[in-house]
Amino acid sequence: MPRLSVWFVRASLIYLLAGFTLGALMLAQDGISYYPAIIAVLPVHMEFLLVGWLVQLALGVAFWIFPRFGLGLPHSRGNEKLIWVSFVLLNAGVLIVALELWIAAALLIGRTLEVLAVLVYVLGSWRRVKPHGA
Amino acid sequence: MPTLTRWFIKTSLVCLALALIAGLLLAVQAIFSLTTLGGLFPVYIHLLVFGWLTQLVFGVVFWMFPKYSTEKARGSETLGWWTYILLNVGLLLRVVAEPVQSMNPNPVTGWMLVVSAVIQFFAGLTFVANSWKRVRVK
Repeated sequence: MPRLSVWFVRASLIYLLAGFTLGALMLAQDGISYYPAIIAVLPVHMEFLLVGWLVQLALGVAFWIFPRFGLGLPHSRGNEKLIWVSFVLLNAGVLIVALELWIAAALLIGRTLEVLAVLVYVLGSWRRVKPHGA
Repeated sequence: MPTLTRWFIKTSLVCLALALIAGLLLAVQAIFSLTTLGGLFPVYIHLLVFGWLTQLVFGVVFWMFPKYSTEKARGSETLGWWTYILLNVGLLLRVVAEPVQSMNPNPVTGWMLVVSAVIQFFAGLTFVANSWKRVRVK
């Protein structure tokens, strides 16, 4: 697994745990009312699990297993710098979205970064969606 | 495909079918303005995203990720089975207790939800613990 995929996948595992933690706190609140305000974390729970965990895992695994431009050649996975930029933008986006609990504008800024992350990722990966050996 | 992965994937497919049935019930409730079963929406979402999608991912990760070592290619198989059990027992408790709790809150289903919350968290924790070292540069 390339180093960049390791970063994507490990970050996704961290978001999985964070998302599960928030989900467990909310579910327990439904069972025994201990802190009703905890329901406010629902959007962050969804953000962590849908974008931080599932989307990020898919992007990391795709970078690892998509067809390459000649095994052993430099840049066999295309422009890796672009995908690093995508990784940084995506994680900055998810973390900034989480700040919406305190700062309303964070949602817009975070989502913008997430869109940019995916656009950059698509740009960097588009040509790797090809037949093997092509 | 390892046995544990087959269990993960087949159970995820069952959850997918159950999720879509719950979605159908939600549609019936909406169309006929029924309020017979509350708490169904979170059950639908979690059967779909947790029971199907996440469980499918867990199974495929256990199967396809880089080997942990020559002797223990997939890390701790025991821990993997614990993930499977915790995930599905937690989900089942939720599916049973959440609709009841939303319509008729009581200590039994209330505590079932608390237990479900705790064991679903541990399902995630055991999965991450078992997968972390398999995510490495090769």
